[in-house]
Amino acid sequence: MVAASTLKTFSVTLRVWRQAGPAATGAFVDYPAKDISPDMSFLEMLDVVNDELTAKGIEPIAFAHDCREGICGTCSCTINGKPHGPGKGIATCQTYMRSFNDGDTIVVEPFRARAFPVVKDLVTDRAAFDKIQQSGGFITARAGSAPDANALPIPKGDADLAMDAAQCIGCGACVAACKNASAMLFVSAKVGHLGLLPQGQAERDRRVLAMVNTMDTLGFGSCTNQYECSAACPKLISHDFIARMNRDYLTASLRSAFKPAPANTGGGAA
Amino acid sequence: MATLDSKIPSGPLAEKWRKHKTEIKLVNPANKRKYEVIVVGAGLAGSSAASSLADLGYKVKCFVFHDSPRRAHSIAAQGGINAAKNYQNDGDSVHRLFYDTLKGGDYRAREANVHRLAEVSVNIIDQCVAQGVPFAREYGGLLANRSFGGAQVSRTFYARGQTGQQLLLGAYSALSRMVGAGAVDLHTNSEMLDLVVVGGQAKGVIIRNLVTGEITRHSADAVILATGGYGNVFNLSTYARGSNATAIWRAYKRGACMANPCYTQIHPTCIPVSGDYQSKLTLMSESLRNDGRIWAPKKAGDTRAPAAIPESERDYYLERLYPSFGNLAPRDIASRAAKRVCDEGRGVGSTGLGVYLDFADAIKRLGEPAVRERYGNLFDIYHEITAESAYKAPMRIYPAVHYTMGGLWVDYNLMSNIPGLFVLGEANFSDHGANRLGASALMQGLADGYFVIPYTIGDYLAGQKPGSRPAAEAPEFQQAEANVRGQTTRFLATKGKQPVSHFHKKLGKIMWDRCGMARTKAGLEAALQEIPALREEFNASVNVPGSADTLNQSLEQAGRVADFLDLGELMCRDALTREESCGGHFREEHQYPDGECKRDDEKFGHVAAWEYQGEGKTPVRNTEALNYEFTKMSVRNYK
Repeated sequence: MVAASTLKTFSVTLRVWRQAGPAATGAFVDYPAKDISPDMSFLEMLDVVNDELTAKGIEPIAFAHDCREGICGTCSCTINGKPHGPGKGIATCQTYMRSFNDGDTIVVEPFRARAFPVVKDLVTDRAAFDKIQQSGGFITARAGSAPDANALPIPKGDADLAMDAAQCIGCGACVAACKNASAMLFVSAKVGHLGLLPQGQAERDRRVLAMVNTMDTLGFGSCTNQYECSAACPKLISHDFIARMNRDYLTASLRSAFKPAPANTGGGAA
Repeated sequence: MATLDSKIPSGPLAEKWRKHKTEIKLVNPANKRKYEVIVVGAGLAGSSAASSLADLGYKVKCFVFHDSPRRAHSIAAQGGINAAKNYQNDGDSVHRLFYDTLKGGDYRAREANVHRLAEVSVNIIDQCVAQGVPFAREYGGLLANRSFGGAQVSRTFYARGQTGQQLLLGAYSALSRMVGAGAVDLHTNSEMLDLVVVGGQAKGVIIRNLVTGEITRHSADAVILATGGYGNVFNLSTYARGSNATAIWRAYKRGACMANPCYTQIHPTCIPVSGDYQSKLTLMSESLRNDGRIWAPKKAGDTRAPAAIPESERDYYLERLYPSFGNLAPRDIASRAAKRVCDEGRGVGSTGLGVYLDFADAIKRLGEPAVRERYGNLFDIYHEITAESAYKAPMRIYPAVHYTMGGLWVDYNLMSNIPGLFVLGEANFSDHGANRLGASALMQGLADGYFVIPYTIGDYLAGQKPGSRPAAEAPEFQQAEANVRGQTTRFLATKGKQPVSHFHKKLGKIMWDRCGMARTKAGLEAALQEIPALREEFNASVNVPGSADTLNQSLEQAGRVADFLDLGELMCRDALTREESCGGHFREEHQYPDGECKRDDEKFGHVAAWEYQGEGKTPVRNTEALNYEFTKMSVRNYK
């Protein structure tokens, strides 16, 4: 049984952002992509184009990729103005060429955000996300000191909702989609995931305060409730988590205003 | 010849680990901060090791080639993680998990290691829940379980179809906590290109920063490699594109023995190959075999649509051949069965290399919403790739390379034959024998990192004087750095005609044809001619554009493919020497009339650990006898 779309190949023009390094000036360059099978993934098409460029003595297009199954969060192109391309709820690596038509010009550029500087071509530096995590995106649980896993029953609904948030792959599409380059969806997914679970209560206040404060210092913008983030999210994480985080942040701020904040809100082992 | 002392503790099987823990040396808390430990890799094993060691007070440097530790390929594991919790009251126990894993590995793993793995499995689940891993739960709030291949109990914990992701993010959060606290010095975009051995002990690494091209030396009191498996030697696999063998291969070239490299796992349920541009194969989780039924047409060359083939003309071959395990037969057995069906001309799809995984019965029994809840994300992935709906027609699946059981040789303390070099997770060889059961890779990675290395590394470090680690200016570091720089220069200077991918594809084809699901003496001998020839072609005509002092993905790949060319040859040599069939290693010459693996315990009841002898020289094959004190090596039976 062969899908009808496998029967013929087609050609497109790629308009790709080329930038030699972080300090270099970038520009769009057009490359033809010929005899493309609709069953190729978008990244496989880039592989083919890169091998052709290499043969012609042109340096191949640098692009971030790894698992190629939508879970590692490495791939990060904006395709035709949409982070991760035209498909809903998928990453660039899960985009297949059958989403395009013969003769299309496809514009490919890196995720654009002040907090994600371009490293080269389509590759950006998203270390800011790691810094936010390091400031508080965890539950302190030293190996060896955990109680029995079933000692703490968690209602299925809570666990499921926590899982909805925990699915975040940390790709940064939410930031790239936001006109303010806000990281609220990313941060709220982690705050929501851990804050929904009973294990996460002890550090709930310090977590949200630390993560939001770190986010603010790293150059991400504010949320103005347009929800482009959740529309672009390859895991379709709901912007409801942003509301939940705002509530947590407000409560934590109030509580910390009326009692001394824990000594070490900066994260890590106290 | 390397000495391979497994250091398995004496005493009854179930007491060994407890006894060992009380007997090995400790490092006092004030001294721990004087020791520096390098961890390479930050998947499940690396992240859990780095965070646990830092929590104990050791100074830890962690290197990952990804831009973030959260990208490691542990993240892609779908189905679940085994643990002998017996929460289902269905007769599970540490002993059963031990026995299933040992038997699943076709009696080619060490008894003591596997038993320890089963023992600590229960701690892993506790640890992960404490970290906030959102495992699936029942309405009463307790943890849910599912079944996996090779077991008759439900002991697999899961988080939808993204268990690896959730476990890795748990370990990543633990690592992030220690990075935030300044206890782990994390280096991202950093690839290890050589191991530095000083006075016979592992004392450092050479790192290339993939973004700036800068090459740096790092000295330490001990080095831990947790860099995953080498399945990308086949080019097409379920591994991430970046997964590579470079760290373990460079350690091999520095004297660490490579054990059982021919033991590779071919996973039975992956989406079939569609074209030669393909870069990657996608797994459809083994958990699907809980409810999906595998079949092929009874008649060869039957091109009818699946719905048009009546029940009486379908062959549910796993249920027919292995009635007691049915569709949940172990991976190696299910894969070979699929291959045999396709070899008989009964394969489906445009290439004839595929069989059906059918959910029609499950949908009838449970209703579509229930099936969607259990497997929705997998059905979505299948749809994205094939543009077909598995709710309406059966999935087409075919086996693909998924895991490597072989790896660097380690003793019971997870230390290689180079003192001070520890190897964790898929990068070592120790726990899965010749075949790994489903939901055991996550278990091993976290067992090694959270619950084994924190104890065993102390035994080595206690014998090292604090502050005795060599300076990074030592001649061994200079030599290793020169070695790395030399290779980089050679790649860039070759300026040949073919991109790196050309050689990777060719190597992959040789490996799949000659050293894949079925191997023969003639085929392996041919591969041992073909691979060196391909290597020569690579050295003469590879085209690596760009420069060394910037992000250069072609240069990265060139180094990795060069290592795969060497490793592929060693795998074929190992497969040729092992004149028996066991687990994932199937030699056509050694099979029972029904096509099952015919082991030769007398001649091959051992670990083969290969020792590098220098460029172009035949490596030495050392052996470690597998002494089964408590279990009888028997013929596996899943019928």
